[in-house]
Amino acid sequence: MLFNESAPLGFFYLAPWIVFLPLLGLFTNLIFGSRFSERVIGTVASLASGLTFAVSALLAYAVSINHGEVPSQKLAEWISIGPLSVDWAFRLDSLSTTMMLVVSGVGTLIHIYAIGYMHEDVRFKNDPSRFRSFFIYLNLFIAAMMILVGGDSYLMLFVGWEGVGLCSFLLIGFWYEMDTLARPSWANSDAAKKAMIANRIGDFGFLIAVFLMFVHFGTLQFDAVFEAAHHASSATITAITLFLLVGVAGKSAQIPLYVWLPDAMAGPTPVSALIHAATMVTAGVYLITRSADLYMLAPAAQNVVVITGAATALFAATIAVGQYDIKKVLAYSTISQLGFMVAAVGMGAYVAGMFHLITHAFFKALLFLSAGSVILGLERGHHHAAHAHAEKKPVRGLKKKKDEHDHAHDAHHAAEHHEVFDPGDMRNMGGLRKTMPVTFWLYMIGTLALAGIFPFAGFWSKDEILLDASLHFPAVYWVLTLAAFFTAFYMGRQVWMVFFGEPRHEAAAHAEESPKVMTVPLMVLAALSILGGALNLPFEGFHNLGHWLEHTLHEVESLPLDLTVAGISTAFALTAILISWLIYGRKPLVKDQKDPLSVLGGLFQSMTDKWYVDEIYQFLIVTPFSKLSQFLSDVIDGKFWHDWFHDTVLAGTYNWVSVTALSEYADRRGIDTFFNSWGDVTQWFSARLRTIQNGFVRSYALSVFLGVVVIIGYLLIRQTIR
Amino acid sequence: MVPLNYYIILSAILFTIGALGVLIRRNPLIIFMSIELMLNAANLALIAFSSAFNELDGQIFVFFVIAVAAAEVAVGLALIVQIFKSRHNINVDEINQLKG
Repeated sequence: MLFNESAPLGFFYLAPWIVFLPLLGLFTNLIFGSRFSERVIGTVASLASGLTFAVSALLAYAVSINHGEVPSQKLAEWISIGPLSVDWAFRLDSLSTTMMLVVSGVGTLIHIYAIGYMHEDVRFKNDPSRFRSFFIYLNLFIAAMMILVGGDSYLMLFVGWEGVGLCSFLLIGFWYEMDTLARPSWANSDAAKKAMIANRIGDFGFLIAVFLMFVHFGTLQFDAVFEAAHHASSATITAITLFLLVGVAGKSAQIPLYVWLPDAMAGPTPVSALIHAATMVTAGVYLITRSADLYMLAPAAQNVVVITGAATALFAATIAVGQYDIKKVLAYSTISQLGFMVAAVGMGAYVAGMFHLITHAFFKALLFLSAGSVILGLERGHHHAAHAHAEKKPVRGLKKKKDEHDHAHDAHHAAEHHEVFDPGDMRNMGGLRKTMPVTFWLYMIGTLALAGIFPFAGFWSKDEILLDASLHFPAVYWVLTLAAFFTAFYMGRQVWMVFFGEPRHEAAAHAEESPKVMTVPLMVLAALSILGGALNLPFEGFHNLGHWLEHTLHEVESLPLDLTVAGISTAFALTAILISWLIYGRKPLVKDQKDPLSVLGGLFQSMTDKWYVDEIYQFLIVTPFSKLSQFLSDVIDGKFWHDWFHDTVLAGTYNWVSVTALSEYADRRGIDTFFNSWGDVTQWFSARLRTIQNGFVRSYALSVFLGVVVIIGYLLIRQTIR
Repeated sequence: MVPLNYYIILSAILFTIGALGVLIRRNPLIIFMSIELMLNAANLALIAFSSAFNELDGQIFVFFVIAVAAAEVAVGLALIVQIFKSRHNINVDEINQLKG
C-alpha cells in the first residue's frame, strides 16, 4: 500500500536499521576493538550513532510525506500464542521519529564528546582498557533506546525499557570497583544497584499495566490497545494508567522513586548527559505521550500524573539549591525538569511536554557535558599542580605532545592518592571563567536556557507548559512557577560559584580548557539550545512541532503567547538570578568559607541533605526490609524451615524410615535373615553332598556304572511293563 | 552257523569282566586293558548284529570304535606316564586330589 506512490516512502524499510546500526558498531568494537586505537573505536561508535541519526532523519522525512498515515514496519514475528500476537515491528509516526531524532542526534554529539572525555577519564582512573567497553555500552544504549521509542507494542517498548535500564546500570557502575573520593570502593556499584532496584519497582508497575492490557484487551499493540480501551471500564483504564505511572516514576525519576538519579551521577559524565538527562529518563514522558489515548480516558490518573510531576518539579528544585556537587545540582535539576514534563503530559499538554523534552535534551546535555569539561579541567589542573609540586618543575601546558602528556598523568597518579580531591565539588572551583573561557560561555548558554530566559530554547518550552498549567490547573501553575524560580536560582548559584570569583583550590587555578573534540559537540548543542525554541514558537503559523505531532496525537491545542505568563516567569527567573548574584556573585566565596545560605540554618542543611529522603527511605523501607529479611532468614528460614522442618521433621522422618524401618527391620531382619537362611541351608546341603566327591577314580567309575545300570534297568522295566 | 545268542552272551560276559576290572583293579594299565575289553565286547556285539541282519553299518561302527580306542589309549598312556613321572606311583587310589 505504501510502495510505488512516492520514493521516500521506501525509506520506511530502513526502520530496523535504527537498531541494527548501533548493534553493528557495538559488535565491531566488541570483536575487533582490542586491535583498534581509541580513535578508531570512538569513530566506529560515533559513526554507528551518526548513521542511526541519518536513518532517523530519512524516516522522519518519509513520515512527513506520508501525512497522518501511520505505517508499522514489521520485521519479524515474535510471540504468537493463541489470540496474542506480538511482532518485532517499528511504529513510524511523528512522535516516534521525533524521539529517534532526539536520541540519535544528541547521542551522536555525546559519542563524539566522549571520545575526548573518556580518553582522559580512563587515564585519570588508570585503566585505559575500559575505553572500549564504554563505547560498547553507549552503542548498546542507543540500540535499546531505539527499540524503546520505535516499538509498535507495549511489550517491545518494555524490551527497550529494560535494555536502557541495563545500560544505565552498566554505565553508572562503570567504575564499579574504584572510587577516587575516599568512599568505599563499592560506592559506584552501590549507586548502580540503587538505580537498578528503584527501576525494578517502576518496571513492576509497568509490567502489571502490560498484564492488565493483555487480560482486558488481549493485545499489546498500540493502536489495538487504544481502540479496545474505548470499550473498557474506566476503572480498568485508570488502573492501567496508574500502573504505567509507577513505571514512569521509576524511569523518569519522579517522586517517590527519583532517589536513584542523583546517585547515578557516579557514572562518567557523558553517561549522565546522555542517559540520565537527555534521553533515557525522558522515556517515561514518551510513554505517557504514547499512551495519550489511554490517559485521556482516565482523568483521575491524569490528575495524579500532574500532581506527581509538579511535586517532583518543586521538590527536586529545592534540593538542587543545597547541593555542592556540580553534577548533583544538574541531577536534581533534571529531576525537576522531568517533573515539568510529566506535569505537562499529565495535563494533556503533550506537545508542550515533548517540546520541553527536546529542548531539555539539548540544554541539559550541554550543561552536563560542560560540567564534564569543568571536571576534567579541574582534574588536569590538579594533576599539573601535583606535577609541579612533585617535580619542582614549571607547569607544563596541554599543548605538549599527547603521549608525553599521558605519560605524565600515569607517572604521577600514584603519588596523588594521599590527598582526596573531588573535582566535582563546586567549593573547589571558582574563577574558571578565565581558565576555561569556552566552557564558561557554553555553560552560560545552557544556564540561560534552563533558567528560561528569553529567547533561549528553555524559555519557549517551559513557558508553554506554564501557560497550559495556568489555563487548566492554576495551583499547579504556581507550583511550577516557583520551581522555575528555584531553577534560575540554583543555576545562578552554580555559575557564580564555579566560574566567578577567585579559585578556591589550586586545581581550579591550574584548570585547563578541554580539547576541540569535546568543545565542538558542545557548540552544536549550544546552538540548539539557543535556537531550539524555533521548533514550536507560540505564534500563528509557527506551531511546527504541534502540527508535526498532530499526526500522532490528534488533539493538540496551539496556544498563542500569553505575555502575562511569559512576563511572570521571566520576572521570576531574573529575580532569582539577581538574588543569586546578591548572595554568591557580589561577594564571591573564598576558600573554606561556608555557604552564605547557611544562615538559613536547618532549612539549608535540609536542602543539602536532600530533605533526608534517603534517610527516611532507609528508616521506613530499607531498614525494616533488612530486618524483615534478617528475621525471615534467621527465624523463619533458619529456625523454622532449616532447624525444625528440615532437621527435625524431614531428616527425622527420613532417618526413622531409612535407619529403623528400612535398614533395621526390612533389610537386616527381613531380607537378610531370609537370604542368610537360604545360604545356611545351601551350605549344609552342599557339605553333605561334598562327601560324595571323594577323589577316587574307581568310585566315580562305580557311580557311572551304577547310573548306567539304573537307567538301563529303568528302560527295561518300562519296556516290560508296557 | 553259530547262533546270534552265543555272540551276544559272549559279548555280555566280556563286557562284565571288563566293567568289573575297571571297578576293582587299581593298576591303571589293567584298567585300560579292561576298558579295551569292554570296547571289544561292544565291537563283537556290533559285528554279530551286522552279520546277522546283513547290514554293513555295524562293521563301519566298529572301525570307528577301533580308531577311537586307539586314540584313547594313546592319550591315556601319555597321562599315565606323566603321572608316574611326577609321583613314581600309578596306584589309582593314590590319585584323589580332585575330592570335594
